[in-house]
Amino acid sequence: MAYDYEKHIRPGKLPHIWCPGCGHGIIMKGMIRAFEACGLEKNNTAIISGIGCASRMTGYMDYNTLHTAHGRAAAFATGVKMAKPEMDVIVVGGDGDGTAIGGNHFIHACRRNIDMTYVIMNNSIYGMTGGQFSPCTPTGALASTTVYGNPDPTFDIAKLAIGAGATFVARGTAFHAAQIEKLVAEGIRHKGLAVIEILDDCPTTYGRRNKFRSVIDMMKRLKEIAVPVAAAAKMTPEQLEGKVLTGVLHKEERPEYTEQYAQVISRAKGA
Amino acid sequence: MSGAKAEIEIIERNCKGCSICVEFCPTKVLAMDAFVVKVENADACIACMQCELRCPDFAIKVHKL
Ligand SMILES: Cc1ncc(C[n+]2csc(CCOP(=O)(O)OP(=O)(O)O)c2C)c(N)n1
Ligand code: SF4
Ligand code: SF4
Ligand code: SF4
Repeated sequence: MAYDYEKHIRPGKLPHIWCPGCGHGIIMKGMIRAFEACGLEKNNTAIISGIGCASRMTGYMDYNTLHTAHGRAAAFATGVKMAKPEMDVIVVGGDGDGTAIGGNHFIHACRRNIDMTYVIMNNSIYGMTGGQFSPCTPTGALASTTVYGNPDPTFDIAKLAIGAGATFVARGTAFHAAQIEKLVAEGIRHKGLAVIEILDDCPTTYGRRNKFRSVIDMMKRLKEIAVPVAAAAKMTPEQLEGKVLTGVLHKEERPEYTEQYAQVISRAKGA
Repeated sequence: MSGAKAEIEIIERNCKGCSICVEFCPTKVLAMDAFVVKVENADACIACMQCELRCPDFAIKVHKL
């Protein structure tokens, strides 16, 4: 049997609004399979997004969803998790939403190690608003706001998450569709803040400007630059030039925030 | 005799013609027909699922035989 994605999607919502070849749909499908693999129940799961093309995912998923303000997904999600620690809380959004306007909420969710799964769809650009550069736009790349080439250094989302204290950090790509499911599922099962960065493509506002002839070229690039962590361990720095590590990049155990907070509540009650 | 390991279903109203499924099918089962994908070489399908996994638009389903 072919996979039944439709039972996870609100009736009448397909075809979705994303452009031809946009990786957001591939990532949504990987997440659906991960939800099913983990046995997430619709009534006990909340998906929370900010604003952007990626963030539109909450409009499609037939779960408890919150489509919030730009950059504020992690803050709303933290509120949901604090009020209902028994719920599975998933945060989704783009690189702009999560690391520019929402960078502050992102690092503090990591620092607290609150038990949520944050899937960040990194297409290196602000897609929705027409291709302004984001903190994840490669240095030198063209965007509508860097027409002479981006002078800024680029955020490495995984390193940022590890530095800020996330206890599970992984990276995949929109090309490696089966791996998305595995990484998201492992993130959901992890107790603590799990960040899963998926390198994504925006053919409409990034690809065209940056001399990718087609969405296929963008997919091929994702295929070429990705190196699984195990394979990378056997490669020389020269061989790794221009490559990006994929798979589980970091995993540790550390006290989880809602559990710590429950103890604060019982101390305050004098228990 | 048909050698197909799966039957491919195309949901035309969802297909946006990105051609990702066509490009990465290992046995060249699929082809573009103007702006929508079509099954061109059904017998060659090895049921690897790559097209269904990668379609961003929920437009192609692989029914294993
Ligand atoms: C407070 C606020 N500032 C700016 C915007 C305009 N805006 C909407 S989406 C967006 C960027 C989206 O980029 P990203 O999060 O990377 O997602 P993508 O569209 O690329 O999937 C911006 C700047 C807004 N909606 N609200
Ligand atoms: S503008 Fe870019 S990110 Fe937005 S739907 Fe189109 S391809 Fe996807
Ligand atoms: S299942 Fe595999 S072989 Fe069959 S059409 Fe899809 S990609 Fe091609
Ligand atoms: S990947 Fe999906 S949307 Fe793209 S051409 Fe194939 S069936 Fe159509």
